[in-house]
Amino acid sequence: MDEREYNMAEEVKVFSTWASPFALRVIWALKLKGVEFDTVHEDLINKSPLLLQYNPIHKKVPVLVHDGKVICESLVILEYIDETWKQNPLLPEDPHQKANARFWAKFGDDKVMQSIGGGVLLKEGKEQEEGFAASMENLKYLEDEIRGKKFFGGETIGLADIALGWLAHYLDIVEEIVGLKLIDQEKFPSLAAWKQEFANAPIIRENWPDRDKLATKYVAMREANLGKGTPK
Amino acid sequence: MGEVKLIGSYTSLFCTRVEWALKLKGVQYEYVEDDVFNKSPLLLQHNPVHKKVPVLVHDGRPIAESLVILQYIDETWSGNTLLPQDSYDRAMAHFWAKFADEKCVMGSFMAAWKDGEEKEKAIESAQESFAFLEKLIEGKKYFSGEDEIGYLDLALGWIPLCLDIVEEVGGMKLVDAEKFPSLLEWARNFAEIPLIKERFPPRDALANYFHKIVGLKRSKK
Repeated sequence: MDEREYNMAEEVKVFSTWASPFALRVIWALKLKGVEFDTVHEDLINKSPLLLQYNPIHKKVPVLVHDGKVICESLVILEYIDETWKQNPLLPEDPHQKANARFWAKFGDDKVMQSIGGGVLLKEGKEQEEGFAASMENLKYLEDEIRGKKFFGGETIGLADIALGWLAHYLDIVEEIVGLKLIDQEKFPSLAAWKQEFANAPIIRENWPDRDKLATKYVAMREANLGKGTPK
Repeated sequence: MGEVKLIGSYTSLFCTRVEWALKLKGVQYEYVEDDVFNKSPLLLQHNPVHKKVPVLVHDGRPIAESLVILQYIDETWSGNTLLPQDSYDRAMAHFWAKFADEKCVMGSFMAAWKDGEEKEKAIESAQESFAFLEKLIEGKKYFSGEDEIGYLDLALGWIPLCLDIVEEVGGMKLVDAEKFPSLLEWARNFAEIPLIKERFPPRDALANYFHKIVGLKRSKK
């Protein structure tokens, strides 16, 4: 067996949903590395017994199953993928640069997503104003980090780009729904340029979820959170 | 191997885990104590994003976020490997460390500062999370195996370090001997290791710190 045949003999499965930005990271990483895999499409309102068996702790997507080994949590999965399939590395060799990438990926999930998702999309009035202010502060840190670089990973897409990649598509939809501009070309020129670059990159651009479907979903989420949704 | 500085706070469990890692690896470092209630310009310069300790500064380059620092230490200095060799085992170590920080550390703090029905719910939720750790350690001496402590032991080391103090300050019991025998056994084994024990702050310093933190949280409600 040559290396390619060996790789094809492996079983790689990704449990995902059409809308999940977390599962999308895993799909991007595998495709960027040219790894063959199967996708198991989940419905989060009606989770499969297999998903609950594989992720009893969080009961969420994504889950990666590689030759029977089960890994959960998207950032953990990304590092596993990078260590297992060495082509097109997502992390640099240098430990400090690696630490930097991990820092920004974590910042994206802990702070940026929280302020934009929880603070802007799901809120209104004064609470939304506060969420907006926090989001702008967080985006400023990203602007400072990306300045002078094509990607957070340098010349090629890296771990931090994949972790922050949701900003290049999902954010547009949030901005439209709430009528607020977050990644403003004037305020954040480098981040706006990165958004364009990333959104249109090969592999990345072919896997975005449908904008209209996302918009419908996010409007419903916003209304439910603001107590405006009609009970189902 | 270059100048190593750790900006930390003696009572912060996130800083203690980094010091344990540095000591395990035999890394010489300069320790700079920062007052978390009165942050220094040095800290704000090296961690402008979060403005928090710990920050490791190696050859002038800062690294923040304790678990990221642990991984950095493991990748930079050889000897006494902290993370397992196998990718899958490494993924498991990362998964559990993240889980414990999100659900057990934060869960315990929340249970400590909340009141009434919210407190009861927070206690229940924290205990559900600790139950996963109990299952994980069952039959093992350390989370990293039989012989040596590793990344996950260091990440969970806050349990013998200060959980009982958080429980005292919060007026609650989260991890009791009946429901969590294996976890408490691990905690005893871990705390007995000399270089671990040496770095335990005095109990009253820890109690003061947590009283202050919980007090601050409660006053913001």
